[in-house]
Amino acid sequence: MNFPRKLVFVGVAACLFLLAQVVAVVALMQVGSGDGGAATMSFGDRVAAILMILLLACVVAVVVLHKLYSRYVRASSRLAEETCALVAHGGVRVSDYLAPELQALGQAVNQLASVRDRLDSDVVARVREARASLEEERSRLAALMSDLNQSVVVCNLDGRVLLYNQRANEELSGPEGTAGTSEFIGSQPLGLGRSIYTVFDRSLIAHALERLQHAPGEASASVAASGAHFVTATRGGKLLRAHMSPVLAAGDALSGFVLILDDITADHERDARRDALIQSLTEGGRGPLGNIRAAAETLSDFADMTPEQRVRFLGVIRDEARALSQHLENAATAFSNDLRVRWPLEDMLGAELLAAAVGRIGERCPVLGRVESVDESIWLRVDSYGLLQALSFLAARLHDEYEIRDVLLALSRDGRLAQLDLMWAGTSMSNEAAMSWEMDSMNTGGEATPLSVRDVVDRCHGEIWFQRQRVSHRSYFRILLPIVEAPRDSARSKELARRGSRPEFYDFDLFARSAASPQLDDCPLAELTYTVFDTETTGLDPSGGDEIIQIGATRIVNRRLLGQECFDQLVDPQRALSEESIRIHGITPNLLVGQATIVAVLPAFRAFCADTVLVAHNAAFDMRFLQLKEERLGLRFDQPVLDTLLLSAVLHPSQESHRLEAIAERLGVSVVGRHTALGDAMVTAEVFLKMLPLLAAMGIHTLSQARAASEKTFHARIKY
Amino acid sequence: MNKKVLIADDEPNIVISLEFLLRREGFDVLVAVDGEEALVKAREEKPDLILLDVMMPKMNGFDLCQALRADHDLDDMRILMLSAKGRETEVSKGLGLGADAYVTKPFSTKELVLQVRSLLGV
Repeated sequence: MNFPRKLVFVGVAACLFLLAQVVAVVALMQVGSGDGGAATMSFGDRVAAILMILLLACVVAVVVLHKLYSRYVRASSRLAEETCALVAHGGVRVSDYLAPELQALGQAVNQLASVRDRLDSDVVARVREARASLEEERSRLAALMSDLNQSVVVCNLDGRVLLYNQRANEELSGPEGTAGTSEFIGSQPLGLGRSIYTVFDRSLIAHALERLQHAPGEASASVAASGAHFVTATRGGKLLRAHMSPVLAAGDALSGFVLILDDITADHERDARRDALIQSLTEGGRGPLGNIRAAAETLSDFADMTPEQRVRFLGVIRDEARALSQHLENAATAFSNDLRVRWPLEDMLGAELLAAAVGRIGERCPVLGRVESVDESIWLRVDSYGLLQALSFLAARLHDEYEIRDVLLALSRDGRLAQLDLMWAGTSMSNEAAMSWEMDSMNTGGEATPLSVRDVVDRCHGEIWFQRQRVSHRSYFRILLPIVEAPRDSARSKELARRGSRPEFYDFDLFARSAASPQLDDCPLAELTYTVFDTETTGLDPSGGDEIIQIGATRIVNRRLLGQECFDQLVDPQRALSEESIRIHGITPNLLVGQATIVAVLPAFRAFCADTVLVAHNAAFDMRFLQLKEERLGLRFDQPVLDTLLLSAVLHPSQESHRLEAIAERLGVSVVGRHTALGDAMVTAEVFLKMLPLLAAMGIHTLSQARAASEKTFHARIKY
Repeated sequence: MNKKVLIADDEPNIVISLEFLLRREGFDVLVAVDGEEALVKAREEKPDLILLDVMMPKMNGFDLCQALRADHDLDDMRILMLSAKGRETEVSKGLGLGADAYVTKPFSTKELVLQVRSLLGV
């Protein structure tokens, strides 16, 4: 029924109703006044009847109005409420209504809600997509970084590390392999959110930044483009060449910098040796030469000297000339490897070179190459591309001119040199032909190069010659190449690669941190950097002589638990362990033999947790152990401390247990490796992270609020 | 009276030539084989010229030159430094410390003799 008809219907009904009333009243009046028969109805009766009719009419009207009210007025306010609820929570729908108008309105609202839900889910999907692609790019970046041969560190203007790669971590870590005790200072100097100034001198970085920022006029463009350079030594004694380039935020403002580091220790050593050589050849030669020249000139100018004098002068010349030859000889031997033209040569395992040569010969010509024998220990410094080209060129010439189909490769050691042989059986050529092969420019498989085999071998500082073995009817080209030491760090980096660790070495959100960080107290909890730690001890009484036997710690940066950046160290307590404590932590006395003592460990731990807020479960206990050592070791643990036990009491005051396991269970953190210091620290850290949003819901946002709330709780009164 | 020349050098193989040449020139020649001996002899004998090697035991040529120039009794003495160190900085250092001339090995004996003579004004 449409609206106008309904309105007409209601109007007509109301009119009829009124008409019926009027008719009834009039009829009653007529009946009363007709023939005046008293038998009919008295006046009072008529009034009563009229009243009855009116009453009835009122009742009918009330009932009808009530029905209409509930159907339209109450229903619309209900609809309004339901719509509000629907606005607040997606997924809810308004219910059905009796009144068709409200029914239609409800359906319209529901449709609107469906459209909104679709939009919502679309937005969520897009956000997820965008985040996924961002995540992908980040991990691609991380992968790239970790494979990079150079060290890369990205920092914001405060010098906080936002990104670093594994290589940087290796290069900037302390001295390697200097006895067992240095190992435990496995506290990485480099870590997300840590200050780069723990590794580099602050003024050095500041100076380079200044050059980036304030290069005058036109120079600024070129400096900004090319970056700044500096050379510095690490604590481990390595010499690093750093290239600093700017990270520009919107509006070309400097927001951070990228450091690319090259270990130039080896280059530098080579340069130093070269300098020493030049020095020894010039300065070292001057003296003896001066003596010879003076003696020789005197001899020739003064022919009248006595025979004895002549003999003495000749003796001088003889001795000095001999000394000079010896000097030259020594210099040439000592510096032979440094005296060569610098061609970009790479270090390569000899066996790999041979394998590559076999492949390349097979590709370029119908000759089957095989490796006859190879000394696996040989590393060569070669222009591998050129050398492979040379070998396949020779093989191709053998095939083209003598129809040789099989060649053999061998690599062996001859003192400080490697012999790389390309051998074949049967037909052989003259020495002259071989010589011309060596000198011809190499053209194989459509590749043309002006270089000859000889050029390539020269470039590798080698020699090549052709030789025949009469006995075995074999001929070969022998290439002599200098052997180099196996690269030092290859084993280590390979192991890292195998572990496939592609850890979280970046956190770009740190860029957002302003240079003028507010006081820690007013910092939002979510933005702080935390060191979450735990200790295992010989007992429960620090004042009574109990000692720390293990410290474990991990870090939280930007609400992320950095599993790789941890501190895990056993400590020799220099006293006996109680049976009771061994039962708890499972650390037996023999595990502690030879471990570092607290004197060495605590400074390292202090460095690990520098500039962070400390977090521990029942922190008062652990802090007491640390603080009792402060005076003796001359260091202080005075950073802010948060206690997960107290925070748990803040969050769940009615719970009975605030043991770490109980809290972990309440917050849905799975517990693994409890009762090792690091294991407990990890659990504590996860628990702490779960607590942050709950605290925020209680209005606890900043460090000072969290500390104030902690202090109020009952447990705060426990003192050790 | 003959001019007196002191040779301060620890290498006998150069001393032999220098001594021969300077004697032939008619100078009185003294020899010291280290820096300290040279300083003592210079003060005792007051030579007119000292031929000074930079690299000497006990006291090197630079230090000796400085010590000699600090002694005003020896103001008239000329100093000729002889050295296998030929870098510009070293030459400047020698002259800066008060040497009258600086000759780098190897040198021409004729030119050295000329230089000695001109320094002594003979």
